[in-house]
Amino acid sequence: MPPPRTPTRPLHLAADIGGSPHYEARHYTALARLAERGTLDFVTLGDSFARPGLDALAVLARVAPATERIGLVPTVTTTHTEPFHVSSAVATLDWVSRGRAGWSPEVSTTEAEAALFGRRPAAPAADLWHEAREVADVAGRLWDSWEDGAEIRDEPTGRFIDRDKLHYVDFEGRTFSVRGPAIVPRPPQGHPVTVIDATAPEPRAAAVRHADIALVRAEDPAAARELREELRDRARAHGRDPERLRVLVSLPVQLHTTADAVGLATLIGDWYEQGAAEGFHLRPAEPERDLALLVDGTVPVLQHRGLLRRFYPGATLREHLGLARAANQYAHAGSPS
Amino acid sequence: MTKQMHLAAHFPGVNNTTVWADPRSRSQIDFSSFVHLARTAERGRFDFFFLAEGLRLREHKGRIHDLDVVGRPESLTVLGALAAVTEHLGLAATVNATFNEPYELARRFASLDHLSGGRAAWNVVTSFDAFTGENFRRGGYLDRADRYTRAAEFVATARELWDSWTPEGTPRPFAHQGQHFSISGEFTVPRSPQGHPVVIQAGDSGEGREFAASTADIVFTRHGTLEAGREFYADVKSRLAKYGRRPEDLKIMPGVTFVLGDTDAEAQEKAADIRRRQVSAQNAIVALEQIWGRDLSAYDPDGPLPEIDPDPESELVKGRVKVGDPFAVAAKWRALSEAKGLSIRQTVIETTGRQSFIGTPASVAAQLTEFVTADAADGFILVPHLTPGGLDDFVDRVVPLLQERGVFRTEYSGPTLRSHLGLPTPVRKG
Ligand SMILES: Cc1cc2nc3c(=O)[nH]c(=O)nc-3n(C[C@H](O)[C@H](O)[C@H](O)COP(=O)(O)O)c2cc1C
Repeated sequence: MPPPRTPTRPLHLAADIGGSPHYEARHYTALARLAERGTLDFVTLGDSFARPGLDALAVLARVAPATERIGLVPTVTTTHTEPFHVSSAVATLDWVSRGRAGWSPEVSTTEAEAALFGRRPAAPAADLWHEAREVADVAGRLWDSWEDGAEIRDEPTGRFIDRDKLHYVDFEGRTFSVRGPAIVPRPPQGHPVTVIDATAPEPRAAAVRHADIALVRAEDPAAARELREELRDRARAHGRDPERLRVLVSLPVQLHTTADAVGLATLIGDWYEQGAAEGFHLRPAEPERDLALLVDGTVPVLQHRGLLRRFYPGATLREHLGLARAANQYAHAGSPS
Repeated sequence: MTKQMHLAAHFPGVNNTTVWADPRSRSQIDFSSFVHLARTAERGRFDFFFLAEGLRLREHKGRIHDLDVVGRPESLTVLGALAAVTEHLGLAATVNATFNEPYELARRFASLDHLSGGRAAWNVVTSFDAFTGENFRRGGYLDRADRYTRAAEFVATARELWDSWTPEGTPRPFAHQGQHFSISGEFTVPRSPQGHPVVIQAGDSGEGREFAASTADIVFTRHGTLEAGREFYADVKSRLAKYGRRPEDLKIMPGVTFVLGDTDAEAQEKAADIRRRQVSAQNAIVALEQIWGRDLSAYDPDGPLPEIDPDPESELVKGRVKVGDPFAVAAKWRALSEAKGLSIRQTVIETTGRQSFIGTPASVAAQLTEFVTADAADGFILVPHLTPGGLDDFVDRVVPLLQERGVFRTEYSGPTLRSHLGLPTPVRKG
């Protein structure tokens, strides 16, 4: 048998653990642990103010201490919420998971959601995604508003922090403004990982500017590859290094038998080898059933083919993804050198 | 049965209580610190773990205040994670009613209540200033007079949402029309294990007390001394009847500190040392400037108080609840300083502390029991001066004595915070 091919970069694998709503922590903890046993990079949990279910970020905060390595990516709504609170909560998820947090910004377009808040009417997706981009922007600034090492505990001068390493963000958006600095010190990853479903045009425009991971949907590897190229080109046009953008194909899956699991591995492997994407985000129809087969059937086959790693090489989600810790946009602003 | 005491652990967030320079003081942010304090509190069979909130870094003379502990993670998220490493401990988050919306917050608290198996509590605070508002969409427009009407309507609305699912587990449409909120739709979370998360109120004005009497399950207060505590206790409890509530429906819990020693003298000495470290020379001048509203950096902290008067219009301090009329405070400080011959720093040390229980474990246990027996409190929110180990000694040395005296539980009697507090599950309305 020929030795398994060693790809230059390991394939990234993530799974959604949503499915029908559950109201007990146990359910989600079990799923995240299962995904962790399969050394998946991260799990996602969708959310919206309009569908039954618990607050996704709260669920994954509850899951964090019950897991060790798996990345945790809740959907976080940027419409009707406060950008300052959103950035604090995501940063805190990174603190309680010791660097395993991501977030997936989403918007609320319906009148029904607007009525839950009664604060302003529903707006077109384009406007709300413009706002979501501003939220992503201000979140990044707030995460950077404390430089690393701002806490000095300097006994001789009695100073707990070095205020020169704290920064006002003074952000003026179309619908909100934030003065800053953050209340939460800079999170372990610098910036938690931003995941955006780039299927529709409006979120795609946000993804090319702000996402570390863009999710795409495609019928075949060629279509996926084309989308990936488009996203990378547009990221480059925004002055970003496309090597810092991971594109994952988001696939619905339904696994009933071991044969289904092996079939999925073949499909993933083939798409990957044709350069469709850097990895896959799997959306199981029934997470409890499908994840078990995925972890015990699909994952070992991919590992055997040398496409998927067998252990976590690092501790943070950025390390799983091969992404460097985020640079701080203010770090040199205040220093005279 | 002897009146039972309730105990809570305050994790000092942004504060000037923590002696951060102490070699035993560890991170205020790392999750491991939260785990340590929460597990210690649970080992001691405490009712709940408490986190305060601040939404903008304080400023002094136009610059970020840098002498005290600064920076804290977001409370609800930390408590969600702590639910994974504790089993019985109540989990209380301070969250402002001014800079949030009822639907979102009701959902977050209901989520925490589900994820913790019925241990969530919400300390409703009402800061309103434009300074904090600069971090938020609404800005700082809320009038001082409106903040409690908004808070009261906020809590009432949240309760409507918490009540909106049928016992069979299906959402029922809700519609709330009020002065501050007009919202409608369906709530996404079924009724949570406690029915309603426990509601705490912190705030001291007449409106604050009325709000507590009509709405809260617990009052968090600063009235720590026996006399002030009894007065506050009697006043707040007497307000309950007109809302159809019994005195035991609202627990009064002052925030207090404690210092333990092997002898009373040793404890007193330790306490004095802690106060000196909490109120450094720099901190003493800052505290003085916060009352006087003037730059007093030229004054000697070991010298006498300034003779000039406070500036009542001063904007010197931002992001802190005002301590009252600066002239009155200054007069009180001067009188104390003259009577006892105290320097600036000594005066600040004497006047700015909370109620502190100081002594041997036996003496502290006796003092706490006396406060509760004399109806100066129903229990205490303990504020340790070290993070995260500051509760270790209390749990190891004082709790067993309270248990021996029969004033504090030896085991949790139920899984929910309401069960620790002896509060019934609220009746579903509507
Ligand atoms: C014991 C105590 C603790 C408080 N903790 C907080 C807090 O953590 N965050 C906050 O924004 N305000 C806090 N407050 C402020 C109150 O919510 C309120 O704004 C303030 O006491 C003024 O209201 P009042 O006039 O009714 O006293 C606290 C107040 C008290 C008495």
